[in-house]
Amino acid sequence: MKNIFIIASKEFRSYLSSPMAYIITAIFLVGTGFFFSFSDLTYSETSLRGFLGNPFYIPIILLLIAVLTMRLLAEERKMGTIELLLTAPVRDSEIIMGKFFGVLGVIALMLILTFYYPLILTIFGDPDIGPMISGYLGLFLLSASCLAIGLFSSSLTSNQIVAAVLAGGILLGLWYLGSASSYLPKTVGDVINYFSLSNYFPSFVTGVIDTRGIIYYISVTALFLFLAMRSLENSRWN
Amino acid sequence: MLPVVLLAAAPRKAVRPAVRPKGWYIKMIRVENLTKYYGKRLAVNNISFHVKKGEIVGLLGPNAAGKTTTMRIITGYLTPTSGDVWIAGINMLTNSLEARRKIGYLPEIVPLYTDMTVRSYLDFLARLRGVPYNRVRSRINEVVEICHLEEYVDVLIGKLSKGYRQRVGVAQAIIHNPDVLILDEPTVGIDPIQVAGTRQLIKDLGKEHTIILSTHILPEVSAICERVIIINEGKIVAQDYIGNLSTLIAGSNRVRLEIKGPVDKVTECLRTIKGITRINYEDSHYILEYPANIDLRSKITEAIMQGGFTLLGLETVTLSLEDIFLKLTREEETR
Repeated sequence: MKNIFIIASKEFRSYLSSPMAYIITAIFLVGTGFFFSFSDLTYSETSLRGFLGNPFYIPIILLLIAVLTMRLLAEERKMGTIELLLTAPVRDSEIIMGKFFGVLGVIALMLILTFYYPLILTIFGDPDIGPMISGYLGLFLLSASCLAIGLFSSSLTSNQIVAAVLAGGILLGLWYLGSASSYLPKTVGDVINYFSLSNYFPSFVTGVIDTRGIIYYISVTALFLFLAMRSLENSRWN
Repeated sequence: MLPVVLLAAAPRKAVRPAVRPKGWYIKMIRVENLTKYYGKRLAVNNISFHVKKGEIVGLLGPNAAGKTTTMRIITGYLTPTSGDVWIAGINMLTNSLEARRKIGYLPEIVPLYTDMTVRSYLDFLARLRGVPYNRVRSRINEVVEICHLEEYVDVLIGKLSKGYRQRVGVAQAIIHNPDVLILDEPTVGIDPIQVAGTRQLIKDLGKEHTIILSTHILPEVSAICERVIIINEGKIVAQDYIGNLSTLIAGSNRVRLEIKGPVDKVTECLRTIKGITRINYEDSHYILEYPANIDLRSKITEAIMQGGFTLLGLETVTLSLEDIFLKLTREEETR
């Protein structure tokens, strides 16, 4: 636990000292602001569905996360600092978990920075608080899954661009899997749909905290963290 | 010898004896039958050696000889295909975390987080390697003093010159006061004055730590190390104390001559000199070899004069590392 905390806090601080996190946060906030203020739902429903439920905006968030996570292990490999981590008396799993929680902190911070939208709505209207909370929970869980996928992609290569493109590919693929499944025969389509990142997200935005969704996102996160661990372990062999 | 025998017979699951025999880990590093394949390529071929407590041992070899691979296996970064490594009596394969705690490692490419200051970098690694929280601060100050980095503790590592980066690399290797130090080519790529400083630093560290350092520079080994292990193509070709090895190497003298005259006639003339064991002609130079205990230089010049040729140059050739490898590997083959 202590080692995870040491690595996570180092990772979190190194994000704060590099421009990348600021650029991504800026783009994220501009996007959020745009979709919030130009959506009819903001005014007619006083809800956050303007940006949380926007089918055009969520893929952008996915890509931002792919860029945010690309450096996690790829940079360590490139700079040779991976040797510090792999020869330190810490488990491979602790390295991965430390990295994961470090970036999760950055993403949590990014989400917290958008809290003034619900604040504006509460001041000037009478919004339903429930869907806001569940929407943020959904976005947080989705981000955690994306982050695990990004971390896994980053563990495969020493080239950050490759890592980002790979992560973006996997994320968009899993996101649009849901829409693709409607073209398939019903039974196959339903099964495919269960694997889609977008399948459970809408219910969170409309205020339903679906346990299937929670379990799905946690499973995806766990699976890709596990794969990242194996990938890191694999580098001890060649 | 008894403790060593006991260790060798110990089962792979590290079972600690209740009472450790005194001095049982005198052999700080024990490498047994280490073999490493990268896919089908054999990088390290059945290497075994020991390093005693307090020794400074040089791992000498040309590029791609398997030095870095060997060191990476010792530090636990790589898993060997077969074989075992013990650090201070702890098996690196079965009890890796414990063994890694005892090692400080400076890789060939100094692993630095360029966006951190020297202090925060050392702080991170000290805590990662288990230095108690209340000792971290004082330990950083100690290490910074040892490595002469006082003026740069609060500078971003990315802004430091190559020599200082190297020192930061050494500082991180000793921050948790490890028993064993593994240094991979610690003087490559820094300027000559700083090389001297780094060598002195390593020598000083050798008083308290057991050190393995790799290099492909021969004089460096004789300047720092007490013992040397020469590896080539993944195999140990020789391991001995510096003194013994140089007599082995200095089996013969070599001189390089530049002579004006037809090659065949000059060669014939040189053949007449007694004691010369080999004559080679390459790049318009003649290279002569003769036993180490005699000096034939005056006889050679005389012979050339008498033959009616002009001597343009004469220099003694010291054996380069490549020659030593050629020599040692050739000896291996003929044996």
